[in-house]
Amino acid sequence: ALALPLPARAALEDTIAEFTAGAAVGEGGITLTAPEIAENGNTVPVEVDAPGAVAVMLLASGNPSPDVCTFSFGSLAGAQRASTRIRLAGTQDVIAIAKMGDGSFTRTQSTVKVTIGGCGG
Amino acid sequence: MAEGVRARVKAPATAAAGESVTIKTLISHPMESGQRKDGDGNPIPRAIINRFTCVFNGETVVDVMLEPAISTNPYFEFEATIPEAGDMVFTWYDDDGSVYEETKSIAIG
Repeated sequence: ALALPLPARAALEDTIAEFTAGAAVGEGGITLTAPEIAENGNTVPVEVDAPGAVAVMLLASGNPSPDVCTFSFGSLAGAQRASTRIRLAGTQDVIAIAKMGDGSFTRTQSTVKVTIGGCGG
Repeated sequence: MAEGVRARVKAPATAAAGESVTIKTLISHPMESGQRKDGDGNPIPRAIINRFTCVFNGETVVDVMLEPAISTNPYFEFEATIPEAGDMVFTWYDDDGSVYEETKSIAIG
């Protein structure tokens, strides 16, 4: 994990706590696919796959604001899997946290090296 | 309403009953993050699509909350179960109150 400045870490922890309502977060059962190196931080492809999840939150630990998006899967979701494209301000950890059907939480993360940051001046 | 917003959806025209199909969506939108500054150093206000939903015959497939860290021209790919023939409705909600909607009919066959 990369060292973060204190305010950024606080914002990240607050955002996670809001999603989990303070519950313990385990590991495993969730896959985050992101490139190891992204040449352009403006559009970084990411995919999350968390079988049995009701919702998955994506976070960018090193962005000005850590929130990226939250997927909620409905009764007709064919799989608890989704991909999108995100902005990363610089090299950082991308974090995915899933809320499972039984109310438990699980997380994973992946470090993405960014050559050109994607949040503008 | 943001200018030139155009939604594109890729969904199969037919599916087997109960089949899980891949859906791809793209909408042209600048997704102004609120982090950028203009030439005079003034911040450019945030203007993004903040929510996207996909509903089939009234049942939710996915409901996504978007933040400014989603790229320009938001793209989503996901899986939908098709229990019977019907309409898949895609809706994007803009910060400025605009709502963009797209519908695809899927038949069983």
